[in-house]
Amino acid sequence: MTTNGDDAVEVVPVRHVGRYVAAAVVLVLVAMLGHTLISKVPTGQTACHVSAGVPTCHQVSNWRFSWNIVFHYFTTSQVLDGLLVTLELTVIAMTIGIVLGMLIAVMRLSHNRLMSSAAWVYTWFFRGTPVYVQLLFWFNIAALYQSVTIGVPFLHITWLHINIVAFFTPFHTAIVGLGLNEAAYMSEIARSGLISVDEGQIEAATSIGMTRSQTLRLVIVPQAMRVILPPTGNEVISMLKTTSLVIAVGGVTDLLQSVTLIYSANYEIMPLLIVASLWYLIVTTVLSIGQYYVERHFAKGALRTPPPTPIQRLRTDLRGIAGKFRSPRHATIKAAS
Amino acid sequence: MSVPMVEAHGVHKSYAGVEVLRGINLTVERGEVTCLIGPSGSGKSTLLRCINHLEKHDAGELRVDGNLVGYEARGGKLYERNDKQICAERSQIGMVFQRFNLFQHLTVLENITIGQVKVRSIASEDATRRARELLARVGLDAKEKNYPSQLSGGQQQRVAIARALAMDPKLMLFDEPTSALDPELVGEVLDVMKDLAKSGMTMIVVTHEMGFAREVADSLYFLDQGVIEESGNPREVLVHPRSERLRVFLSKVL
Repeated sequence: MTTNGDDAVEVVPVRHVGRYVAAAVVLVLVAMLGHTLISKVPTGQTACHVSAGVPTCHQVSNWRFSWNIVFHYFTTSQVLDGLLVTLELTVIAMTIGIVLGMLIAVMRLSHNRLMSSAAWVYTWFFRGTPVYVQLLFWFNIAALYQSVTIGVPFLHITWLHINIVAFFTPFHTAIVGLGLNEAAYMSEIARSGLISVDEGQIEAATSIGMTRSQTLRLVIVPQAMRVILPPTGNEVISMLKTTSLVIAVGGVTDLLQSVTLIYSANYEIMPLLIVASLWYLIVTTVLSIGQYYVERHFAKGALRTPPPTPIQRLRTDLRGIAGKFRSPRHATIKAAS
Repeated sequence: MSVPMVEAHGVHKSYAGVEVLRGINLTVERGEVTCLIGPSGSGKSTLLRCINHLEKHDAGELRVDGNLVGYEARGGKLYERNDKQICAERSQIGMVFQRFNLFQHLTVLENITIGQVKVRSIASEDATRRARELLARVGLDAKEKNYPSQLSGGQQQRVAIARALAMDPKLMLFDEPTSALDPELVGEVLDVMKDLAKSGMTMIVVTHEMGFAREVADSLYFLDQGVIEESGNPREVLVHPRSERLRVFLSKVL
Protein backbone atom coordinates (compact mmCIF):
# COMPACT_ATOMS: atom_id res chain seq x y z
CA MET A 1 0.00 0.00 0.00
CA THR A 2 1.26 3.42 -0.80
CA THR A 3 0.50 6.66 0.96
CA ASN A 4 0.85 10.19 -0.22
CA GLY A 5 3.31 11.45 2.34
CA ASP A 6 1.56 13.89 4.67
CA ASP A 7 -2.00 13.37 3.36
CA ALA A 8 -4.61 12.44 5.95
CA VAL A 9 -6.34 9.08 5.46
CA GLU A 10 -9.98 8.56 6.35
CA VAL A 11 -10.62 6.02 9.16
CA VAL A 12 -14.00 4.24 9.07
CA PRO A 13 -15.09 2.87 12.46
CA VAL A 14 -16.54 -0.67 12.63
CA ARG A 15 -20.37 -0.81 12.63
CA HIS A 16 -21.69 -2.96 15.47
CA VAL A 17 -24.91 -4.30 13.90
CA GLY A 18 -25.61 -6.78 16.73
CA ARG A 19 -25.42 -4.03 19.30
CA TYR A 20 -27.93 -1.88 17.43
CA VAL A 21 -30.40 -4.79 17.21
CA ALA A 22 -30.03 -5.64 20.90
CA ALA A 23 -30.49 -2.00 21.86
CA ALA A 24 -33.65 -1.80 19.73
CA VAL A 25 -35.12 -4.88 21.42
CA VAL A 26 -34.41 -3.45 24.88
CA LEU A 27 -35.92 -0.11 23.88
CA VAL A 28 -39.14 -1.77 22.73
CA LEU A 29 -39.42 -3.76 25.97
CA VAL A 30 -38.81 -0.65 28.07
CA ALA A 31 -41.46 1.22 26.08
CA MET A 32 -43.98 -1.62 26.63
CA LEU A 33 -43.33 -1.65 30.35
CA GLY A 34 -43.50 2.14 30.48
CA HIS A 35 -46.85 2.07 28.71
CA THR A 36 -48.36 -0.34 31.25
CA LEU A 37 -47.19 1.97 34.04
CA ILE A 38 -49.08 4.94 32.66
CA SER A 39 -51.98 3.16 30.90
CA LYS A 40 -55.57 3.07 32.08
CA VAL A 41 -57.88 0.03 31.99
CA PRO A 42 -61.68 -0.04 31.92
CA THR A 43 -63.27 -0.96 35.24
CA GLY A 44 -66.42 -2.43 33.65
CA GLN A 45 -68.52 0.43 35.03
CA THR A 46 -70.07 3.28 33.12
CA ALA A 47 -70.64 6.74 34.37
CA CYS A 48 -73.26 9.10 32.92
CA HIS A 49 -73.77 12.79 33.31
CA VAL A 50 -76.25 15.20 31.86
CA SER A 51 -75.13 18.31 30.13
CA ALA A 52 -77.61 20.73 28.48
CA GLY A 53 -80.36 18.16 28.93
CA VAL A 54 -78.47 15.47 26.99
CA PRO A 55 -77.23 12.47 28.99
CA THR A 56 -73.79 11.21 27.92
CA CYS A 57 -72.31 8.00 29.21
CA HIS A 58 -68.74 6.71 29.06
CA GLN A 59 -66.74 3.86 30.45
CA VAL A 60 -64.85 4.45 33.65
CA SER A 61 -61.21 3.53 33.44
CA ASN A 62 -58.53 3.55 36.11
CA TRP A 63 -54.75 3.54 36.17
CA ARG A 64 -53.61 -0.06 35.82
CA PHE A 65 -51.25 0.59 38.73
CA SER A 66 -53.80 2.61 40.70
CA TRP A 67 -51.42 5.53 41.01
CA ASN A 68 -54.14 7.63 42.60
CA ILE A 69 -54.34 5.14 45.51
CA VAL A 70 -50.56 4.87 45.72
CA PHE A 71 -50.32 8.63 45.84
CA HIS A 72 -53.08 8.85 48.44
CA TYR A 73 -51.43 6.46 50.88
CA PHE A 74 -47.84 7.45 50.15
CA THR A 75 -47.64 10.06 52.89
CA THR A 76 -50.38 8.98 55.27
CA SER A 77 -49.30 9.04 58.90
CA GLN A 78 -49.75 5.28 59.22
CA VAL A 79 -47.23 4.63 56.43
CA LEU A 80 -44.82 7.30 57.66
CA ASP A 81 -44.93 5.92 61.21
CA GLY A 82 -44.15 2.47 59.81
CA LEU A 83 -41.25 3.94 57.82
CA LEU A 84 -39.91 5.53 60.99
CA VAL A 85 -40.03 2.21 62.83
CA THR A 86 -38.21 0.53 59.93
CA LEU A 87 -35.51 3.22 60.04
CA GLU A 88 -35.17 2.90 63.83
CA LEU A 89 -34.85 -0.86 63.61
CA THR A 90 -32.25 -0.53 60.84
CA VAL A 91 -30.14 2.03 62.69
CA ILE A 92 -30.20 0.30 66.07
CA ALA A 93 -29.74 -3.26 64.79
CA MET A 94 -26.96 -2.13 62.46
CA THR A 95 -25.19 -0.26 65.26
CA ILE A 96 -25.30 -3.38 67.44
CA GLY A 97 -24.12 -5.43 64.45
CA ILE A 98 -21.18 -3.16 63.60
CA VAL A 99 -19.91 -2.65 67.16
CA LEU A 100 -20.30 -6.29 68.17
CA GLY A 101 -19.03 -7.48 64.78
CA MET A 102 -15.87 -5.39 65.12
CA LEU A 103 -15.29 -6.79 68.60
CA ILE A 104 -15.79 -10.36 67.41
CA ALA A 105 -13.43 -9.77 64.48
CA VAL A 106 -10.70 -8.52 66.83
CA MET A 107 -11.34 -11.51 69.13
CA ARG A 108 -11.13 -13.83 66.16
CA LEU A 109 -7.67 -12.46 65.32
CA SER A 110 -6.52 -12.65 68.95
CA HIS A 111 -3.51 -14.80 69.80
CA ASN A 112 -5.54 -16.20 72.68
CA ARG A 113 -7.02 -19.47 71.41
CA LEU A 114 -10.05 -19.29 73.70
CA MET A 115 -10.94 -15.82 72.41
CA SER A 116 -10.62 -16.77 68.77
CA SER A 117 -12.56 -20.00 69.28
CA ALA A 118 -15.38 -18.16 71.05
CA ALA A 119 -15.56 -15.71 68.17
CA TRP A 120 -15.61 -18.55 65.65
CA VAL A 121 -18.43 -20.34 67.46
CA TYR A 122 -20.48 -17.14 67.60
CA THR A 123 -20.19 -16.62 63.86
CA TRP A 124 -20.83 -20.29 63.21
CA PHE A 125 -24.05 -20.28 65.19
CA PHE A 126 -25.57 -16.99 64.08
CA ARG A 127 -24.64 -17.44 60.43
CA GLY A 128 -25.75 -21.05 60.46
CA THR A 129 -29.40 -20.49 61.41
CA PRO A 130 -32.02 -18.44 59.55
CA VAL A 131 -32.60 -14.98 60.96
CA TYR A 132 -36.34 -15.66 60.94
CA VAL A 133 -35.79 -18.64 63.25
CA GLN A 134 -33.59 -16.51 65.47
CA LEU A 135 -36.28 -13.86 65.76
CA LEU A 136 -38.83 -16.53 66.77
CA PHE A 137 -36.27 -17.89 69.21
CA TRP A 138 -35.78 -14.55 70.97
CA PHE A 139 -39.53 -14.03 70.96
CA ASN A 140 -39.89 -17.25 72.98
CA ILE A 141 -36.71 -16.92 75.05
CA ALA A 142 -38.72 -16.50 78.27
CA ALA A 143 -39.57 -20.18 77.98
CA LEU A 144 -35.90 -20.92 78.72
CA TYR A 145 -34.85 -18.12 81.05
CA GLN A 146 -37.15 -15.96 83.12
CA SER A 147 -34.39 -13.65 84.30
CA VAL A 148 -30.66 -13.13 84.02
CA THR A 149 -28.59 -12.09 87.02
CA ILE A 150 -24.95 -11.11 86.87
CA GLY A 151 -23.13 -10.96 90.17
CA VAL A 152 -21.06 -13.08 92.52
CA PRO A 153 -22.62 -16.50 93.00
CA PHE A 154 -23.57 -17.53 96.56
CA LEU A 155 -22.74 -14.09 97.97
CA HIS A 156 -25.93 -12.19 97.17
CA ILE A 157 -23.99 -9.55 95.26
CA THR A 158 -25.84 -8.49 92.14
CA TRP A 159 -24.54 -6.08 89.53
CA LEU A 160 -27.15 -6.56 86.89
CA HIS A 161 -30.55 -8.14 86.95
CA ILE A 162 -32.64 -8.45 83.80
CA ASN A 163 -36.21 -9.60 83.85
CA ILE A 164 -36.34 -11.46 80.51
CA VAL A 165 -40.12 -11.36 80.24
CA ALA A 166 -40.24 -7.61 80.79
CA PHE A 167 -37.15 -6.87 78.69
CA PHE A 168 -38.17 -8.71 75.54
CA THR A 169 -40.86 -6.40 74.28
CA PRO A 170 -41.55 -6.92 70.57
CA PHE A 171 -39.28 -3.98 69.64
CA HIS A 172 -36.43 -5.18 71.87
CA THR A 173 -36.83 -8.70 70.54
CA ALA A 174 -36.55 -7.35 67.00
CA ILE A 175 -33.37 -5.34 67.60
CA VAL A 176 -31.72 -8.12 69.61
CA GLY A 177 -32.56 -10.71 66.96
CA LEU A 178 -31.52 -8.58 64.01
CA GLY A 179 -28.48 -7.07 65.74
CA LEU A 180 -26.94 -10.33 66.97
CA ASN A 181 -27.47 -11.96 63.60
CA GLU A 182 -25.92 -8.99 61.83
CA ALA A 183 -22.88 -9.06 64.14
CA ALA A 184 -21.97 -12.49 62.77
CA TYR A 185 -21.87 -11.16 59.19
CA MET A 186 -20.22 -7.89 60.19
CA SER A 187 -17.49 -9.73 62.06
CA GLU A 188 -16.47 -11.52 58.88
CA ILE A 189 -16.53 -8.26 56.94
CA ALA A 190 -14.47 -6.51 59.62
CA ARG A 191 -12.03 -9.41 59.76
CA SER A 192 -11.49 -9.31 56.00
CA GLY A 193 -10.69 -5.62 56.34
CA LEU A 194 -8.29 -6.08 59.24
CA ILE A 195 -6.30 -8.83 57.55
CA SER A 196 -6.12 -6.83 54.32
CA VAL A 197 -3.79 -4.29 55.95
CA ASP A 198 -0.14 -4.94 55.07
CA GLU A 199 1.93 -6.44 57.87
CA GLY A 200 4.57 -3.78 57.26
CA GLN A 201 2.13 -1.16 58.56
CA ILE A 202 1.87 -3.02 61.84
CA GLU A 203 5.64 -3.40 62.09
CA ALA A 204 6.16 0.29 61.41
CA ALA A 205 3.62 1.25 64.08
CA THR A 206 5.22 -1.15 66.53
CA SER A 207 8.70 0.15 65.75
CA ILE A 208 7.78 3.71 66.75
CA GLY A 209 6.57 2.39 70.08
CA MET A 210 2.80 2.20 69.56
CA THR A 211 0.98 -0.23 71.81
CA ARG A 212 -1.15 -2.95 70.25
CA SER A 213 -4.35 -1.03 70.83
CA GLN A 214 -2.87 2.17 69.38
CA THR A 215 -1.71 0.23 66.34
CA LEU A 216 -5.20 -1.17 65.91
CA ARG A 217 -7.00 2.14 66.37
CA LEU A 218 -4.63 4.52 64.60
CA VAL A 219 -3.13 2.42 61.82
CA ILE A 220 -5.03 -0.79 61.08
CA VAL A 221 -8.70 0.18 61.43
CA PRO A 222 -8.49 3.42 59.38
CA GLN A 223 -6.90 1.46 56.51
CA ALA A 224 -9.21 -1.52 56.93
CA MET A 225 -12.21 0.80 56.53
CA ARG A 226 -11.55 1.02 52.80
CA VAL A 227 -12.18 -2.71 52.50
CA ILE A 228 -14.89 -2.85 55.17
CA LEU A 229 -17.13 -0.06 53.87
CA PRO A 230 -18.52 -1.34 50.55
CA PRO A 231 -19.84 -4.62 52.01
CA THR A 232 -21.05 -2.75 55.11
CA GLY A 233 -23.11 -0.46 52.87
CA ASN A 234 -24.50 -3.62 51.36
CA GLU A 235 -25.37 -4.90 54.83
CA VAL A 236 -27.13 -1.65 55.80
CA ILE A 237 -29.29 -1.86 52.69
CA SER A 238 -29.90 -5.53 53.32
CA MET A 239 -30.83 -4.80 56.93
CA LEU A 240 -33.31 -2.12 55.86
CA LYS A 241 -35.25 -4.82 54.01
CA THR A 242 -34.62 -7.64 56.50
CA THR A 243 -36.38 -5.57 59.17
CA SER A 244 -39.60 -6.56 57.37
CA LEU A 245 -39.11 -10.02 58.94
CA VAL A 246 -40.01 -8.59 62.35
CA ILE A 247 -43.47 -9.84 61.48
CA ALA A 248 -42.12 -12.93 63.26
CA VAL A 249 -42.28 -11.23 66.66
CA GLY A 250 -45.58 -9.43 66.05
CA GLY A 251 -46.48 -6.10 67.56
CA VAL A 252 -43.83 -4.11 65.71
CA THR A 253 -45.51 -2.01 63.04
CA ASP A 254 -42.75 -1.42 60.55
CA LEU A 255 -43.25 -0.16 57.00
CA LEU A 256 -44.38 -3.50 55.59
CA GLN A 257 -46.62 -4.22 58.57
CA SER A 258 -48.33 -0.84 58.34
CA VAL A 259 -49.20 -1.27 54.64
CA THR A 260 -50.31 -4.84 55.37
CA LEU A 261 -52.68 -3.51 58.01
CA ILE A 262 -54.08 -1.00 55.52
CA TYR A 263 -54.60 -3.44 52.67
CA SER A 264 -56.12 -6.09 54.89
CA ALA A 265 -58.85 -3.53 55.52
CA ASN A 266 -59.32 -2.13 51.99
CA TYR A 267 -57.95 -4.97 49.78
CA GLU A 268 -55.84 -2.52 47.72
CA ILE A 269 -52.94 -4.96 47.93
CA MET A 270 -50.85 -3.99 44.92
CA PRO A 271 -51.00 -0.20 45.37
CA LEU A 272 -49.98 -0.52 49.00
CA LEU A 273 -47.15 -2.91 48.24
CA ILE A 274 -46.01 -0.33 45.69
CA VAL A 275 -46.15 2.33 48.41
CA ALA A 276 -43.89 0.21 50.63
CA SER A 277 -41.55 -0.67 47.74
CA LEU A 278 -41.20 2.96 46.70
CA TRP A 279 -40.22 3.96 50.23
CA TYR A 280 -37.70 1.11 50.46
CA LEU A 281 -36.26 2.26 47.12
CA ILE A 282 -36.05 5.89 48.22
CA VAL A 283 -34.24 5.05 51.46
CA THR A 284 -31.90 2.65 49.64
CA THR A 285 -31.05 5.36 47.13
CA VAL A 286 -30.25 7.86 49.88
CA LEU A 287 -28.11 5.24 51.65
CA SER A 288 -26.20 4.44 48.46
CA ILE A 289 -25.36 8.09 47.92
CA GLY A 290 -24.22 8.41 51.55
CA GLN A 291 -22.11 5.27 51.20
CA TYR A 292 -20.36 6.73 48.16
CA TYR A 293 -19.19 9.80 50.04
CA VAL A 294 -18.14 7.87 53.17
CA GLU A 295 -16.08 5.53 50.98
CA ARG A 296 -14.48 8.49 49.29
CA HIS A 297 -13.45 9.86 52.67
CA PHE A 298 -11.74 6.63 53.70
CA ALA A 299 -10.01 6.21 50.33
CA LYS A 300 -7.64 9.03 51.33
CA GLY A 301 -4.10 8.15 50.41
CA ALA A 302 -5.03 4.86 48.79
CA LEU A 303 -5.13 6.23 45.27
CA ARG A 304 -2.86 8.76 43.68
CA THR A 305 -5.80 10.69 42.28
CA PRO A 306 -9.19 10.37 44.00
CA PRO A 307 -12.01 9.24 41.68
CA PRO A 308 -14.41 11.97 40.47
CA THR A 309 -17.74 12.49 42.25
CA PRO A 310 -20.84 11.42 40.27
CA ILE A 311 -21.57 15.07 39.49
CA GLN A 312 -18.08 15.59 38.12
CA ARG A 313 -18.39 12.37 36.14
CA LEU A 314 -21.78 13.40 34.74
CA ARG A 315 -20.28 16.70 33.61
CA THR A 316 -17.41 14.89 31.88
CA ASP A 317 -19.84 12.46 30.22
CA LEU A 318 -22.04 15.26 28.94
CA ARG A 319 -19.01 17.06 27.60
CA GLY A 320 -17.96 13.83 25.88
CA ILE A 321 -21.37 13.34 24.26
CA ALA A 322 -21.47 16.95 23.14
CA GLY A 323 -17.99 16.52 21.69
CA LYS A 324 -19.13 13.50 19.69
CA PHE A 325 -21.86 15.52 18.02
CA ARG A 326 -19.52 18.37 17.30
CA SER A 327 -16.68 16.39 15.73
CA PRO A 328 -17.08 14.67 12.37
CA ARG A 329 -18.20 11.03 12.37
CA HIS A 330 -15.06 9.93 10.57
CA ALA A 331 -11.87 10.62 12.41
CA THR A 332 -8.78 11.23 10.38
CA ILE A 333 -5.25 10.32 11.17
CA LYS A 334 -2.03 11.24 9.54
CA ALA A 335 -0.83 8.38 7.45
CA ALA A 336 2.52 7.05 8.44
CA SER A 337 4.92 6.25 5.65
CA MET B 1 34.36 4.50 78.93
CA SER B 2 30.56 4.42 78.77
CA VAL B 3 28.64 1.23 78.01
CA PRO B 4 28.30 0.36 74.32
CA MET B 5 24.98 1.17 72.63
CA VAL B 6 24.40 -2.44 71.59
CA GLU B 7 26.03 -5.56 72.97
CA ALA B 8 25.20 -9.09 71.89
CA HIS B 9 26.64 -12.23 73.45
CA GLY B 10 25.74 -15.60 72.03
CA VAL B 11 22.35 -14.50 70.67
CA HIS B 12 20.27 -17.36 69.27
CA LYS B 13 17.00 -17.29 67.39
CA SER B 14 15.10 -20.03 65.59
CA TYR B 15 11.87 -20.12 63.61
CA ALA B 16 9.95 -23.38 63.65
CA GLY B 17 13.06 -25.40 64.44
CA VAL B 18 15.34 -23.63 61.96
CA GLU B 19 18.18 -21.79 63.65
CA VAL B 20 18.49 -18.39 62.02
CA LEU B 21 20.93 -16.88 64.52
CA ARG B 22 23.47 -19.26 66.02
CA GLY B 23 25.40 -17.35 68.64
CA ILE B 24 25.92 -13.77 67.56
CA ASN B 25 28.52 -11.64 69.33
CA LEU B 26 28.58 -7.98 68.41
CA THR B 27 29.36 -4.61 69.95
CA VAL B 28 28.24 -1.25 68.65
CA GLU B 29 29.82 1.77 70.31
CA ARG B 30 27.97 5.07 70.68
CA GLY B 31 28.11 7.32 67.63
CA GLU B 32 29.36 4.49 65.45
CA VAL B 33 27.98 3.29 62.15
CA THR B 34 27.92 -0.49 61.86
CA CYS B 35 27.12 -2.29 58.64
CA LEU B 36 25.83 -5.85 58.49
CA ILE B 37 26.38 -7.64 55.21
CA GLY B 38 25.82 -11.18 54.10
CA PRO B 39 23.84 -13.37 51.72
CA SER B 40 20.05 -13.50 52.00
CA GLY B 41 18.88 -15.77 54.78
CA SER B 42 22.06 -15.22 56.76
CA GLY B 43 20.13 -13.66 59.66
CA LYS B 44 21.00 -9.98 59.20
CA SER B 45 17.42 -8.75 59.32
CA THR B 46 16.51 -11.10 62.14
CA LEU B 47 19.35 -9.73 64.24
CA LEU B 48 18.15 -6.20 63.57
CA ARG B 49 14.59 -7.14 64.52
CA CYS B 50 15.78 -8.78 67.74
CA ILE B 51 17.56 -5.56 68.73
CA ASN B 52 14.28 -3.60 68.86
CA HIS B 53 12.34 -6.63 70.06
CA LEU B 54 10.15 -7.01 66.96
CA GLU B 55 11.35 -10.61 67.38
CA LYS B 56 12.15 -12.27 70.67
CA HIS B 57 15.59 -13.91 70.81
CA ASP B 58 15.67 -17.40 72.29
CA ALA B 59 18.99 -17.44 74.07
CA GLY B 60 21.99 -15.26 74.77
CA GLU B 61 22.36 -11.77 76.11
CA LEU B 62 21.30 -8.74 74.14
CA ARG B 63 21.71 -5.28 75.63
CA VAL B 64 20.75 -1.88 74.28
CA ASP B 65 22.16 1.09 76.15
CA GLY B 66 23.18 -1.24 78.96
CA ASN B 67 19.65 -2.66 79.46
CA LEU B 68 18.65 -6.19 78.55
CA VAL B 69 16.24 -6.25 75.60
CA GLY B 70 12.82 -7.48 76.77
CA TYR B 71 13.93 -8.51 80.27
CA GLU B 72 14.88 -7.04 83.56
CA ALA B 73 17.50 -8.73 85.75
CA ARG B 74 16.57 -8.61 89.43
CA GLY B 75 17.87 -10.85 92.20
CA GLY B 76 19.38 -13.40 89.89
CA LYS B 77 16.19 -13.81 87.86
CA LEU B 78 15.09 -12.45 84.51
CA TYR B 79 11.69 -10.80 84.57
CA GLU B 80 10.01 -10.44 81.21
CA ARG B 81 9.05 -6.84 80.61
CA ASN B 82 5.39 -5.98 80.02
CA ASP B 83 4.03 -4.54 76.78
CA LYS B 84 4.15 -0.98 78.01
CA GLN B 85 7.84 -1.17 78.96
CA ILE B 86 8.72 -2.85 75.68
CA CYS B 87 6.88 -0.13 73.72
CA ALA B 88 8.74 2.54 75.67
CA GLU B 89 12.06 0.83 74.86
CA ARG B 90 11.18 0.51 71.20
CA SER B 91 10.15 4.13 70.85
CA GLN B 92 13.81 5.06 71.50
CA ILE B 93 15.05 2.89 68.66
CA GLY B 94 14.28 4.12 65.15
CA MET B 95 13.76 1.60 62.40
CA VAL B 96 13.74 2.06 58.65
CA PHE B 97 12.34 -0.75 56.53
CA GLN B 98 13.16 -2.07 53.10
CA ARG B 99 9.62 -1.39 51.89
CA PHE B 100 9.29 2.01 53.68
CA ASN B 101 6.03 1.04 55.45
CA LEU B 102 4.74 4.60 55.62
CA PHE B 103 1.21 4.88 56.96
CA GLN B 104 -0.75 4.95 53.71
CA HIS B 105 -3.80 6.74 55.11
CA LEU B 106 -1.83 9.66 56.55
CA THR B 107 -0.13 12.59 54.85
CA VAL B 108 3.64 12.93 54.96
CA LEU B 109 3.37 15.41 57.83
CA GLU B 110 0.93 13.21 59.78
CA ASN B 111 3.26 10.23 59.33
CA ILE B 112 5.94 12.16 61.18
CA THR B 113 3.73 13.69 63.88
CA ILE B 114 1.64 10.65 64.85
CA GLY B 115 4.38 8.96 66.89
CA GLN B 116 5.34 12.17 68.65
CA VAL B 117 1.75 12.98 69.57
CA LYS B 118 0.43 9.51 70.40
CA VAL B 119 3.51 7.80 71.83
CA ARG B 120 5.54 10.66 73.29
CA SER B 121 2.52 12.88 74.14
CA ILE B 122 4.06 15.94 72.54
CA ALA B 123 1.70 18.86 71.80
CA SER B 124 0.47 18.86 68.23
CA GLU B 125 1.99 22.25 67.32
CA ASP B 126 5.42 21.25 68.65
CA ALA B 127 5.21 17.94 66.82
CA THR B 128 4.33 19.74 63.58
CA ARG B 129 7.22 22.15 64.01
CA ARG B 130 9.63 19.26 64.61
CA ALA B 131 8.20 17.35 61.63
CA ARG B 132 8.78 20.35 59.34
CA GLU B 133 12.38 20.66 60.56
CA LEU B 134 12.97 16.98 59.81
CA LEU B 135 11.32 17.22 56.39
CA ALA B 136 13.59 20.12 55.55
CA ARG B 137 16.54 18.04 56.72
CA VAL B 138 15.66 15.19 54.33
CA GLY B 139 14.88 17.72 51.59
CA LEU B 140 11.12 17.16 51.35
CA ASP B 141 9.61 20.26 52.92
CA ALA B 142 7.41 20.80 49.85
CA LYS B 143 5.71 17.44 50.17
CA GLU B 144 4.13 17.61 53.63
CA LYS B 145 0.54 17.52 52.37
CA ASN B 146 1.09 14.59 49.98
CA TYR B 147 0.13 11.02 50.68
CA PRO B 148 2.87 8.36 50.53
CA SER B 149 1.41 6.84 47.35
CA GLN B 150 2.08 10.14 45.58
CA LEU B 151 5.83 10.02 46.29
CA SER B 152 8.68 8.16 44.62
CA GLY B 153 10.36 5.31 46.48
CA GLY B 154 13.35 7.46 47.39
CA GLN B 155 11.11 10.21 48.72
CA GLN B 156 9.08 7.70 50.72
CA GLN B 157 12.21 6.27 52.29
CA ARG B 158 13.41 9.74 53.26
CA VAL B 159 10.04 10.40 54.91
CA ALA B 160 10.39 7.06 56.72
CA ILE B 161 13.78 8.19 58.04
CA ALA B 162 12.24 11.47 59.20
CA ARG B 163 9.42 9.52 60.89
CA ALA B 164 11.96 7.46 62.83
CA LEU B 165 14.04 10.52 63.73
CA ALA B 166 10.96 12.31 65.08
CA MET B 167 11.03 9.93 68.03
CA ASP B 168 14.52 11.28 68.95
CA PRO B 169 15.99 7.78 68.91
CA LYS B 170 19.33 6.95 70.50
CA LEU B 171 19.87 4.25 67.89
CA MET B 172 18.76 3.89 64.29
CA LEU B 173 18.31 0.53 62.57
CA PHE B 174 18.17 0.33 58.77
CA ASP B 175 16.92 -2.88 57.19
CA GLU B 176 18.14 -2.82 53.58
CA PRO B 177 16.90 0.75 53.15
CA THR B 178 17.81 1.00 49.47
CA SER B 179 17.06 -2.51 48.21
CA ALA B 180 13.55 -1.68 46.98
CA LEU B 181 14.62 1.47 45.16
CA ASP B 182 15.28 2.18 41.50
CA PRO B 183 19.05 2.60 41.04
CA GLU B 184 18.83 6.33 40.36
CA LEU B 185 16.98 6.91 43.67
CA VAL B 186 19.50 5.08 45.88
CA GLY B 187 21.83 8.07 46.10
CA GLU B 188 19.33 10.46 47.68
CA VAL B 189 18.60 8.02 50.51
CA LEU B 190 22.28 7.23 51.10
CA ASP B 191 23.02 10.96 51.24
CA VAL B 192 20.49 11.42 54.03
CA MET B 193 22.02 8.47 55.87
CA LYS B 194 25.57 9.82 55.47
CA ASP B 195 24.38 13.13 56.83
CA LEU B 196 22.86 11.36 59.80
CA ALA B 197 26.09 9.43 60.42
CA LYS B 198 28.04 12.67 60.37
CA SER B 199 25.72 14.15 62.99
CA GLY B 200 26.87 11.41 65.39
CA MET B 201 23.85 9.08 65.30
CA THR B 202 24.51 5.48 66.28
CA MET B 203 23.41 3.39 63.31
CA ILE B 204 23.20 -0.27 62.40
CA VAL B 205 22.69 -0.74 58.68
CA VAL B 206 21.87 -3.97 56.90
CA THR B 207 22.94 -3.24 53.36
CA HIS B 208 24.23 -4.46 50.04
CA GLU B 209 25.76 -1.06 49.28
CA MET B 210 29.45 -1.85 49.69
CA GLY B 211 30.41 1.68 48.66
CA PHE B 212 28.38 3.09 51.53
CA ALA B 213 29.86 0.56 53.96
CA ARG B 214 33.40 1.43 52.91
CA GLU B 215 32.84 5.17 53.03
CA VAL B 216 30.67 5.58 56.13
CA ALA B 217 30.87 2.52 58.39
CA ASP B 218 33.15 2.37 61.40
CA SER B 219 32.83 -1.38 61.61
CA LEU B 220 31.48 -4.12 59.42
CA TYR B 221 30.12 -7.56 60.22
CA PHE B 222 29.77 -10.33 57.67
CA LEU B 223 27.03 -12.79 58.61
CA ASP B 224 26.66 -16.20 57.04
CA GLN B 225 24.30 -18.98 58.14
CA GLY B 226 23.53 -17.32 61.44
CA VAL B 227 27.06 -16.65 62.62
CA ILE B 228 29.42 -13.73 62.27
CA GLU B 229 32.01 -15.02 59.87
CA GLU B 230 34.21 -11.97 59.82
CA SER B 231 34.26 -8.46 61.24
CA GLY B 232 36.43 -5.42 61.49
CA ASN B 233 37.19 -2.12 59.80
CA PRO B 234 35.28 -2.12 56.50
CA ARG B 235 38.20 -0.61 54.62
CA GLU B 236 40.30 -3.62 55.58
CA VAL B 237 37.70 -6.36 55.61
CA LEU B 238 36.30 -5.47 52.19
CA VAL B 239 39.70 -5.11 50.57
CA HIS B 240 41.43 -8.06 52.23
CA PRO B 241 38.81 -10.60 53.21
CA ARG B 242 40.29 -13.37 55.30
CA SER B 243 37.58 -15.98 55.02
CA GLU B 244 36.80 -17.86 51.85
CA ARG B 245 33.04 -17.27 52.27
CA LEU B 246 33.39 -13.50 52.40
CA ARG B 247 35.67 -13.64 49.35
CA VAL B 248 32.99 -15.59 47.45
CA PHE B 249 30.23 -13.26 48.65
CA LEU B 250 32.13 -10.14 47.66
CA SER B 251 32.94 -11.54 44.24
CA LYS B 252 29.18 -11.86 43.67
CA VAL B 253 28.07 -8.44 44.90
CA LEU B 254 30.91 -6.18 43.80
